[in-house]
Amino acid sequence: MGDLTPQEWQAIGLSLRVSLIATALSLPLGIWVAYLLARRSFPGKAVLNGLVHLPLILPPVVTGYLLLLTFGRKGIIGQYLDMIGIVLAFKWTGAVLAAAVMAFPLMVRAIRLAFEAVDPKLEHAAATLGAPPIWVFLTVTLPLILPGIIAGAVLAFAKAMGEFGATITFVANIPGQTQTLPSAIYAFLQVPGGDPQAFRLVGIAVAIAMGALLVSELMARAVQKRINGQ
Amino acid sequence: MTLTVRLNHRLPAFTLDVAFDAPAGVTALFGRSGSGKTTVVNAVAGLLRPDHGLITAQGITLYDGKTNLPPHRRRMGYVFQEARLFPHLTVRANLKYGAFFARTSADYDEIITLLGIEPLLGRRPGALSGGEKQRVAIGRALMSNPLILLMDEPLAALDDPRKAEILPYIERLRDRAIPVLYVSHSVAEITRIARSVVVLDQGRVLRQGPVAQIFADPALSTYLGPREAGSVLQARIAAHEHDGLTRLDTATGPIWLPQIDAALGTRVRIRIAAQDVLLSRIRPEGLSALNILPATVATVTQTDATSALIQLHLGTDLLLARITRRSAEALTLQPGTPVHAILKTVAIAPGDIGGT
Repeated sequence: MGDLTPQEWQAIGLSLRVSLIATALSLPLGIWVAYLLARRSFPGKAVLNGLVHLPLILPPVVTGYLLLLTFGRKGIIGQYLDMIGIVLAFKWTGAVLAAAVMAFPLMVRAIRLAFEAVDPKLEHAAATLGAPPIWVFLTVTLPLILPGIIAGAVLAFAKAMGEFGATITFVANIPGQTQTLPSAIYAFLQVPGGDPQAFRLVGIAVAIAMGALLVSELMARAVQKRINGQ
Repeated sequence: MTLTVRLNHRLPAFTLDVAFDAPAGVTALFGRSGSGKTTVVNAVAGLLRPDHGLITAQGITLYDGKTNLPPHRRRMGYVFQEARLFPHLTVRANLKYGAFFARTSADYDEIITLLGIEPLLGRRPGALSGGEKQRVAIGRALMSNPLILLMDEPLAALDDPRKAEILPYIERLRDRAIPVLYVSHSVAEITRIARSVVVLDQGRVLRQGPVAQIFADPALSTYLGPREAGSVLQARIAAHEHDGLTRLDTATGPIWLPQIDAALGTRVRIRIAAQDVLLSRIRPEGLSALNILPATVATVTQTDATSALIQLHLGTDLLLARITRRSAEALTLQPGTPVHAILKTVAIAPGDIGGT
């Protein structure tokens, strides 16, 4: 295989950083949206559900273009962010946003299923013992949905690692700045003789994905064992 | 009154319209499944908001149409049919959970001793039997130091040996100051545990009053069905005799039962099914039955084409006998007629009669 070039290291490092930050930042929002969809009824619920799932069904390049229209320097929101010095388009921070948006539906789906599996009767029992709603959530609901949160986070991380279409549309493919692992693989495939490098990166991508899956499986199993109360 | 409940609530099948007061001690909410019992308890706990009504406990208004205290501010200890222990916490943590939000703390050690759950503390709910779970659930509810303990069919999900395992612990609750609202459809359970009973039918209160009086009411026996109809008598352990029998004194004479493990002088309740009572105008001679008590006919009620229910005065107690209409006519039974009641089988409910 040989040693990795600095460009390859940068791509791997950037992908890991982008995916971890995207997952961590979107997790609280993901839990909240999953809670709203699973437990609450409110006007506009169907709209929220549709919006959350939109990145799953739109072509990624469309999502990337919509991000550019919204968060580009002249975009609807981007122009205001620009005023306070935040620029997302063609920056690695934009890659975080693209990855988070693309991974969000998978994350919400897993956590929502976990919410729906929690028996509200346990929460009622906690309430009769004097626990205010926020405490019921923190001490009963949250521990019980932990396997779902882990599954959702890992799915989102894996999705973020593999995100390509929206990322390349929104932040392009600048080596050392916005070139993630998939973008680097794509770039190597575009130049003559780049196949061995592309192949090495593919191997690393597979290893990272498998590793993440394995870790999440072990964690989920340990948590589930606790919850089953053995 | 400890607990006052006035409720009006529309349910899919019928409209719940109940009003009752629960005095101190154990009050049973009795009725067939689907009669609205659980709905009433959920409304008291604050898990269901009734359409109209008034619920007060120990002088605190829980609900009156305007005020509707949320469940966590009502201080109602609730023991559910399924134990509903938190599966991710140990038994100890489940118990502490109950105490954590209480304004005044309950006696942790005393409750653990009361329910015999010391050996379970380190385990998780998944490793407990049904009976153990339910004991922990009772402990957890007591730990929250509630104003009232609500128990919704706490034994219904258990088999008979498990029921027998828990009943003594529930009986011990009677001796505590805390009032209990106990939901059940089992006459045997209620006569053993409760002091007063509220009978629900189709969302309405059919009868309410002391257990001994309600279950000896012939009008209720048609609702209970021929096998469940029966009455509850007070008795006192008088002697343990040499042939293994225990003599109990009732209001009008002694009866003998196979060895009862209780100290002399202990007051017990005995339950006698209406179909297990024979009547005779004269004191029968040469009969193998030991338990024959003099009584006076109080009322004669024809229940169907062939049978009649005779309510008898046994001192201050009431006894119910089911006989055929033909026999009732042959014996010319009328209110005031003196008779002898022959008891074929007697079920005993050990324990104190809490407050009578």
